[in-house]
Amino acid sequence: MSPLQLSLLFSSALFCIGLVGALARSNTILVLLGIELMLNATNINFIAFWRYGPNHTAGTGVIFVLFSIAVAAAEAAVGLALVIAVYRHQQSIRLQEANRLKG
Amino acid sequence: MIVALITIALFTLASAALAMSLRNLIHSALLLVASWAGVAMFYLWAGAEFLAFAQGLIYIGAISMVVLFAVLLTRRSVAELAPAPDGKWRSVTAIYTGCAVAAVFFGAILFTPLNFSAGPARSFTVRELGQQLMGPQAAAVLVVGVILTVALLGGVVLAAVGRRTEKEDAS
Repeated sequence: MSPLQLSLLFSSALFCIGLVGALARSNTILVLLGIELMLNATNINFIAFWRYGPNHTAGTGVIFVLFSIAVAAAEAAVGLALVIAVYRHQQSIRLQEANRLKG
Repeated sequence: MIVALITIALFTLASAALAMSLRNLIHSALLLVASWAGVAMFYLWAGAEFLAFAQGLIYIGAISMVVLFAVLLTRRSVAELAPAPDGKWRSVTAIYTGCAVAAVFFGAILFTPLNFSAGPARSFTVRELGQQLMGPQAAAVLVVGVILTVALLGGVVLAAVGRRTEKEDAS
């Protein structure tokens, strides 16, 4: 099995762990962390194709992952701020209890 | 080479799976830091050193702190760190979904002919990266800067609104 295939298997396994975590847990913070894991898995895919892909000179993979990390950081900041705002209103971070738009 | 990749992958996957299955939130957050460190090791293994350092700074340094602060700000007692278990039906359906998606991915990866030559170790220095970012990608860097600024300001506003209304209620 080639290193590219191994890397892709690694990234898809990490993606699925993040997916299961985001779907199964009812704690909002853990759902956000599952989404972060999925974003990391896609970054691993970019790097794997950059390292073993056909174009040997361009650094597009690295630059794409840099932008992806920046967007993931913004997403984490906004998501955790939302968690804190919801907690202020509902006094709980369980997803099942956050079922009203107007607190 | 392959052995190192398999070790990194097993370390990352094990800590991620443990983090998603534990009930104590702080333990989960710390294990996720370990799994992000595993991803950084993968970047080092693949020859993207700058990305490994960026991952270390942003994920292991910054996002983990933000997550730990959020955990500590949104609990009322020590007992709440390990809340009641989630519904069994929910976990079972989530695991079924995850396995189905994993089967689709693994099938697609294993049965696709990926005949790329491995090639020599890629050397993409920080100097080249900087020239790319300040040259052809300059507009994208500006856009990302604006997105980050707006998102962080929005986060501050979102998290601060509650306190202001509490003060208004009190007065």
